[in-house]
Amino acid sequence: MATVPASTLAGNVAPVKIRIRDLEKSFDSPAGRVVALADISLDIPTGCFFMIVGPSGCGKTTLLRILANLETPTRGSVEIGSPAVGQPGNSMIFQGDSLFPWMTVWDNAAYGLAMRKRPKSEIDEVVGHYLARIGMTRFAKAYPNQLSGGMRQRVSIARAFANNPDILLMDEPFSALDEQNKVMLQEELLKIWEETRKTVLFITHSVDEAATLGDRIMIMTAHPGRAKRIVDVPFDRPRHVLELRAQPAYGELVFSIWGELREEVQRARALDEGEVRS
Amino acid sequence: MTTIRHANLEVGAASSAGEAEEIAHDMATNTEAAAHPLVTNKVRQARLSGGMSASNRDRIINVISPIALLVLWEIATRTGIFDARFFPAPSQIFDTLVTLVGNGTLWNNTWASLQRLFWGALLGGVPALMLGVAMGLYRPLRAIVDPLVSATYPVPKSAIMPLILLIFGLGEASKIVMVAIGVFYPVLINAVAGVREINKVYLDVGHNFRASRWQVFTTIAVPGALPLIMSGIKLGIGMGLILIAIAEMIGAKSGLGYMIWNAWEVLSVETMYVGLLTIALLGFLFTLLLNEIERVIIPWRVQR
Repeated sequence: MATVPASTLAGNVAPVKIRIRDLEKSFDSPAGRVVALADISLDIPTGCFFMIVGPSGCGKTTLLRILANLETPTRGSVEIGSPAVGQPGNSMIFQGDSLFPWMTVWDNAAYGLAMRKRPKSEIDEVVGHYLARIGMTRFAKAYPNQLSGGMRQRVSIARAFANNPDILLMDEPFSALDEQNKVMLQEELLKIWEETRKTVLFITHSVDEAATLGDRIMIMTAHPGRAKRIVDVPFDRPRHVLELRAQPAYGELVFSIWGELREEVQRARALDEGEVRS
Repeated sequence: MTTIRHANLEVGAASSAGEAEEIAHDMATNTEAAAHPLVTNKVRQARLSGGMSASNRDRIINVISPIALLVLWEIATRTGIFDARFFPAPSQIFDTLVTLVGNGTLWNNTWASLQRLFWGALLGGVPALMLGVAMGLYRPLRAIVDPLVSATYPVPKSAIMPLILLIFGLGEASKIVMVAIGVFYPVLINAVAGVREINKVYLDVGHNFRASRWQVFTTIAVPGALPLIMSGIKLGIGMGLILIAIAEMIGAKSGLGYMIWNAWEVLSVETMYVGLLTIALLGFLFTLLLNEIERVIIPWRVQR
């Protein structure tokens, strides 16, 4: 149950970008008050690729939405280091389809810059760069319904990166993809991220994904969502997804995280079944 | 396996060659399906009907069906099945039409109606679109306006004609206002529904990318609701045509409604039919025009 303060972890020299203290979020539901998140205290250093992994219903999406300012916490505080002048605070990559069906790939990728009324020359350059980076230049004039799920999620990544935010928030962006697409997109995401090394908060229910992408992994409990443990990921960067997964150390890390998580999944399932019976 | 089963169901239900051909098109990519005897049979049948796309054929049928109806009518009157006093033959009506076109009567009246329709649609449609989208976005506004809409919408628009005449007088204004009222409701109701059907994630995206209220309005709410807004506009124009005819029958000196009413007073049945057919033709042309506009401004929906 102990939350390890980031400052006690080895190799932490970067300044803190996100500081969360005693965060709590509860909702009123017909069945009474539901506590989605409780006692979350967390420091995320600048430039850290921070993963949150937990069973469904652990409130991880709620945590991300609070950071994205799409929801307000019931209690506690969130401090986020201010971005550079003219830079947006955060951009989110949403779970599932979030591209506007009525805009072309280009207009979708340019959305953040267009909303900030950036000059056309800058939009052309930045959007052109990221569409090329994800291999979607040929599809610039296509509409999302003409693309596969993997291509659509690539454009979502381009949309977030093109906005050049201080922090990237990713809400299970690859969960709807098949395994091959998932690995390819993870690889591409790592490459694009290497260019800028922005602070990333990435939510997933996949232990593999967490160990592959992250510098640090927070394992969450369910009902209510609490931080169970924070694990450092020791692998060097740049990483190659499949090479990394072939290493014995990778298997050990995944195994140990699974051990922690299994208890939580079982506990959550027992709670769910209890609710069904009562 | 699931695709084949699905396709078989559709083949079973396909009643027109067009549907069968659409299925055949889907099938073309599915080699497994070709092995199924029922499917291959349907594929062959669909190929016989030519290389035209289903949408092209629909458009041609759209033009042919009213012409066929006129031919049947002509035959019915000439053979005495229809009473020529009430249902003059289309050829007689056509003669009258030529006369009315020749002396400018038809054009002047049509133009008068079209102008009223245009200004009425603009006066009713634009505020309805703005208010409807805003209502879809903002709950409090919806709470305020919804009861007013629900209470006034069921009132027959023709029943408020005397009130409109009282307020706006016998001139152009009362006609334009009648059309505006007719267009207003369907556009408003569809715009509200259209915005409310937009997936919430798109609004989250707008918020996350710091879109201003106006930007959310123009980049998310309006395009997201556009398919339903277009349906509203189509319904509204139909309602506008009905109301302009009614409005012009009372206290007007021009317009198709006036022409029809006047023809009744002087018992010129053919002129009456010319007026009716012109209104029908206008309705038909508006539908074609609006479908074409829809194709152009909603490119993301028509991709197949």
